[in-house]
Amino acid sequence: MHGNRFRHNFLTALLLAPATAWLVVFLVLPFIAIAIFSVGERAPEGGYQAAFTFAQYANLPARATAFWNTMVLAPVGALACLLVAYPVAYYLALRAPARWRLILLALVVIPFWTSLLMRTYAWMYILGGRGIPALLAFVGIEDVRLINTPGAVLLGIVYGYLPLMILPIYVSLERLDRRLLEASADLGATPLSTFVGVTLKLSLPGVMTGFSLVMILLLGEYLIPTLLGGGKVFFIGNALVDLFLQSRNWPFGSAIAITLVAVSVVVLIAANRISTRVSGARRVDLI
Amino acid sequence: MSKSYRDGLPISPEKFVDQLMRLKRGSIGRRDFLGLTGLGIATAVMAREIGIMPTPAFAAENLGDRMSIATWPNYHDPQTFENFKKDTGVAVEVNVFGSNEEMLAKLQAGASGWSLFVPTNYTISTYKKLGIIEPLDMAKLPNFDGTQEDPRFTSEGTIDKVIYAVPKNWGTTGFAVNTKKLTKPMTSWKEFWDTAMAEGDGRTMVHDYQLTTIGNALKYYGYSFNSLKQDELAKAEELLLKVKPHLFAVSSDYQPGMRAGDAWMTMCWTNDGAQLHRDIPEIAYVLGKEGGEIWTDFYAIPKDAPNKPAGYALLNYLMNPQVAVKEHLANGAPSTDARVNKLLPKEVLDNPILYPAADLLTPLEFGAAATLTDPGRAELMARFKSA
Repeated sequence: MHGNRFRHNFLTALLLAPATAWLVVFLVLPFIAIAIFSVGERAPEGGYQAAFTFAQYANLPARATAFWNTMVLAPVGALACLLVAYPVAYYLALRAPARWRLILLALVVIPFWTSLLMRTYAWMYILGGRGIPALLAFVGIEDVRLINTPGAVLLGIVYGYLPLMILPIYVSLERLDRRLLEASADLGATPLSTFVGVTLKLSLPGVMTGFSLVMILLLGEYLIPTLLGGGKVFFIGNALVDLFLQSRNWPFGSAIAITLVAVSVVVLIAANRISTRVSGARRVDLI
Repeated sequence: MSKSYRDGLPISPEKFVDQLMRLKRGSIGRRDFLGLTGLGIATAVMAREIGIMPTPAFAAENLGDRMSIATWPNYHDPQTFENFKKDTGVAVEVNVFGSNEEMLAKLQAGASGWSLFVPTNYTISTYKKLGIIEPLDMAKLPNFDGTQEDPRFTSEGTIDKVIYAVPKNWGTTGFAVNTKKLTKPMTSWKEFWDTAMAEGDGRTMVHDYQLTTIGNALKYYGYSFNSLKQDELAKAEELLLKVKPHLFAVSSDYQPGMRAGDAWMTMCWTNDGAQLHRDIPEIAYVLGKEGGEIWTDFYAIPKDAPNKPAGYALLNYLMNPQVAVKEHLANGAPSTDARVNKLLPKEVLDNPILYPAADLLTPLEFGAAATLTDPGRAELMARFKSA
């Protein structure tokens, strides 16, 4: 028996080894390096020089605007995404004919096969002066500017992250016990109160999963604001890029990165708590 | 000069596919986005297979079959690299950058993979100090002739009588205006910034580059382009923060916006100004009468270059006046080499965008090394961008 358990443990360890090694090499070690950098100093010509100081963390208020912009963008973007995604997921899960469902789902996922960069790039040209504004000029509406506006950034975010929101909501709606809807109707509830009291409530775990997934990705977003916002709105992701690639202040960049990771963890835990509370005792596995 | 420079398309279908394949193969860097979104021709990946046998001229040394160069958008005639490959069998991969800071960041991080790169004058002393560029072995560059170079533009490549970099071309930093949209004639940085907040509201671009954006804001008050003085920088910051809400974009990638008509005015380098004006005649290039930047871009070889023989071979090839003249026709920036100037057509030498009048040139300043590493200017830029 003893030998058997040993063999079992050994097998478990063996199977876990690749994933563990991956995480250690690409997550834990870089994280330690960043943590060490974050208590260092910027070398005179840029980069890192060894030190032990919390000056970088004390300097965090210098990027307060970037943090603030991100804290606004992330929930607003996720909310906009949710508002668009929910009806789509609802239709897919409860209304679409069964034989179409798989095809429609595939259509939601297929854009993911092209990199986000390429798709955002396409939007640049659709919104740019030779795209929609040129069509508008054709019918006499001159000099409309769509690109580099907050609306363009929001559009890019909703477009880019929509599948990540649709899929978890779809899954939770798909598992919904249809008999509950019938029971609700039989007991005299209006369609609206059935939706709010049954459908929406039971799909909340999916909503929270999608919401936190999109929100956490948005916390590190810099591509869409750069390409569709003209680099005028500065998010924490943009601050990080500039600190590493322009001003070469690695320690300060590292301190911001550590702070961002901490904020993301807090967001995850909070989303988990809220989700558990509103949907009763059912736990949602986010982490 | 390839046709794709002229037809006004931001990117040709072939280039687009090239780019796509490259992005599929490798990681996607920020500069790749800008290269893509930018002028298109920016990045070209040459065929990977081993080319024709090396010609006798290069046979003495093994050049390998590939090398990589870091340079600026729309800066070379793509034909140059294809011809080089035909002659030597070395395929050249072109990496495009938007600021000197970015190039320095990459070299400081190590393993850039470049065997040749194109730094601007004011950065060379820092590269030398950090020991990341190679003193050039002039015996390997017989095509370079220092006596034919204009010393005004070449001195910063030589430090303590050692040559670390040889010049590619020089240029100025002014602004480009779409004169159909902004009809009032402009001659100064003061007018640039004031117009940005008035008729040019929502249609003006500034560089995502501390040297020029801060420098040209300093010129509004007549201060030095390179100023590091606290009170002067504070005034420049005040102006930048006031202008910020009126801007179309903060980006060094301004050709697409100008070509599409979304942007009407932008900070602009000579070569882009010449290209824009050539394709869209109503786009004018203006040098602020208060001054601003004059610059020289150089070729240098990183110390950790993976293929130094090919780096030297390409550099020597580019120093051949017959090759260089095509480069200048393609990118539109003026040459530092008298031998090249003799080969350039008269209409190029008479182009006031390339060769501004003396009274406009005199107040221009070369960028100062201290601005590259000054944390104060970097933070000012960050405050401006995050405002």
